Amino acid sequence: MRHYLSLIVYLAICLLIIVIFQQNWLNAYIQIVMMFIGINIMLSSSLNLINGYMGEFSCGHAGFMAVGAYTASLLNMGLFTTSSIFGRSLFIGPQYSVFLFPVTLIIAGFCAALVGLLVAVPSFRTRGDYLAIITLAVNYIVKSSIENIQEIGGARGFMGMRQVVNAMNNVINIPWLMIWILAFAGTSIIALKRFVGSTYGKGVIAIRDDEIAAEIMSVNTQRVKLIAFMLSSGIAGIAGGLFAHVIGYINPGTFTIMKSTEIMVMVYLGGMGSLSGSVLSAVLFTVMLEFLRPLQLFKWVLIPLLLIILMLFRPEGLMGNRELSDVFPGLRRFFPSKEY
Amino acid sequence: MDIQSFFQNVINAFQWGSFYALIALGYTLVYGVLLLINFAHGDIFMVGAYIGFFVATFLLGTYAIHLPFHMPHLVIFVATLVITMILTAGVGVTLERVAYRPLRRKGAGRLYIVITALMAGLILENGNLALLGASRKAFPELIHDTVYKVAGVTFTNNWILVVLATLAVFLFLETIVRKTKIGMAMRAISFDRMAVPLMGIPIDTVIVFTFILGSSMAALAGVLFASAYPVLEPYMGAMIGWKAFIAAVVGGIGEIRGAFVGGFLLGFIEIFVAAVFPSTFRDLISFGILLVFLSFKPTGIFGVARAQKI
Repeated sequence: MRHYLSLIVYLAICLLIIVIFQQNWLNAYIQIVMMFIGINIMLSSSLNLINGYMGEFSCGHAGFMAVGAYTASLLNMGLFTTSSIFGRSLFIGPQYSVFLFPVTLIIAGFCAALVGLLVAVPSFRTRGDYLAIITLAVNYIVKSSIENIQEIGGARGFMGMRQVVNAMNNVINIPWLMIWILAFAGTSIIALKRFVGSTYGKGVIAIRDDEIAAEIMSVNTQRVKLIAFMLSSGIAGIAGGLFAHVIGYINPGTFTIMKSTEIMVMVYLGGMGSLSGSVLSAVLFTVMLEFLRPLQLFKWVLIPLLLIILMLFRPEGLMGNRELSDVFPGLRRFFPSKEY
Repeated sequence: MDIQSFFQNVINAFQWGSFYALIALGYTLVYGVLLLINFAHGDIFMVGAYIGFFVATFLLGTYAIHLPFHMPHLVIFVATLVITMILTAGVGVTLERVAYRPLRRKGAGRLYIVITALMAGLILENGNLALLGASRKAFPELIHDTVYKVAGVTFTNNWILVVLATLAVFLFLETIVRKTKIGMAMRAISFDRMAVPLMGIPIDTVIVFTFILGSSMAALAGVLFASAYPVLEPYMGAMIGWKAFIAAVVGGIGEIRGAFVGGFLLGFIEIFVAAVFPSTFRDLISFGILLVFLSFKPTGIFGVARAQKI
């Protein structure tokens, strides 16, 4: 029973949120902010696997997000609506959208993971600054490729995902998007937590501390890196797919280095190598962005300034390599962490 | 592509590559000494261009106050160049003092300094946008364009200026780093950060000197860029800064020769890609080449892999 307490608590919170959404107790603005919180949790925790646990400096996370966003949107538009791109060739009817929506998201995650190979394979030979530039290049390559495919809108972007959401709502009218965001965010956190606790996760941490020593100690560094990069980019892809459906409009300009920086800020705010830190900072950062909205342009002066001050006085971030259960040991009574 | 347009593209590539080379220098100098990627450097280039704009318009008497005397445009250009380089060096040194040095003193990891640099760049960009507004500034024409035509290939006096300035900077920096005492100190710090202070070398002075060199070269690039492409906007430094960083990495970061070769190489690649393919493919192909290049030779052209000890 106690082993499942955290899961039960999470499910209870999910149920509460879904009921709140269903009854429309909160206005649409707060609902969208809550959806962004869920998406940002996925993004920051997946980037934390690379930047925090593996100690690499990946600054192109938005690229994977873009792949996921475009794949999911294209698939959904083709399957459930008569879009201008596919016509009726893929069309199977809007009534199936309820079942197939998560499937398309997972496919989007796979595609993003495949693009993640572009980073993973060079990472066998390069580290640190050179790998940072490779991730950056991948971000630009993805953005630039999308801009050059005129069939999916090119630089003008691509819209109509709202129709897919409406199609789901026409079948059963419950807040589908929030449900899937909660489901995927929860699953990815559990997956990441178990991954980090597994032998592979220990391998990831060993690579951060010393790659050569890890190799000598029989860590299959290539395999570990491959899996870590693909897992991270896959989750980012799913988050991108959800993001596209919340916004209802995507263009390549959304997924620039600016977006990647935003995700990085969340990771470093929360603390490297701390999943609960990432979750916490994703919530904090998203809410902070909304509160700072009246400042308009100065928002983007203030946020970097905050981060610089954070780096000066608390460089390890909010949590810094510790989980919530390390900060509050009392929590362990209720949520025992399993030894893998 | 016939032979004439080929040579025309070579000419263009030299100018384009010069800008990359000048900015890549700043990355490479700071990296060579501190092993720090100064991601704010592209934005220092932007700040340089803006400072150049204000100095030039002030000296022309078209900004703020009307000056009681008139100077010839060439004098204004040289004065703008010098004043801008000094002021921008001040910006770079301030950045080092305010953001990087406290972190270094605390012994924070390199990664934290890199993040600080990234954030400082964002502050410069968005602070500029918030203070000066989104309207673009037109850089005044200080040197009247004279077009020369040799065997069907055209180039301007601006082109000559840019390429000559780049070559001069290359020779100047090579001399400083290879032949002078402070250059020796710079190389020593890059070789062993721990032992250098024990030898009585003032580390902070050397680092400040490095930032002065890098920032003033970025300012030079900024003013030259602005007189070649006279439209200034707050995000102009972001993309060109990243590209210059790529140039520095391809050349082998930390090597001055590498920055120049990488800059010109990237310039050539971009110009020729734009000449053969649609110009929207430019970023795609230049980044793709970078990706392939780094997968096969991760240390860049001149870079030497450092031996790792356990």
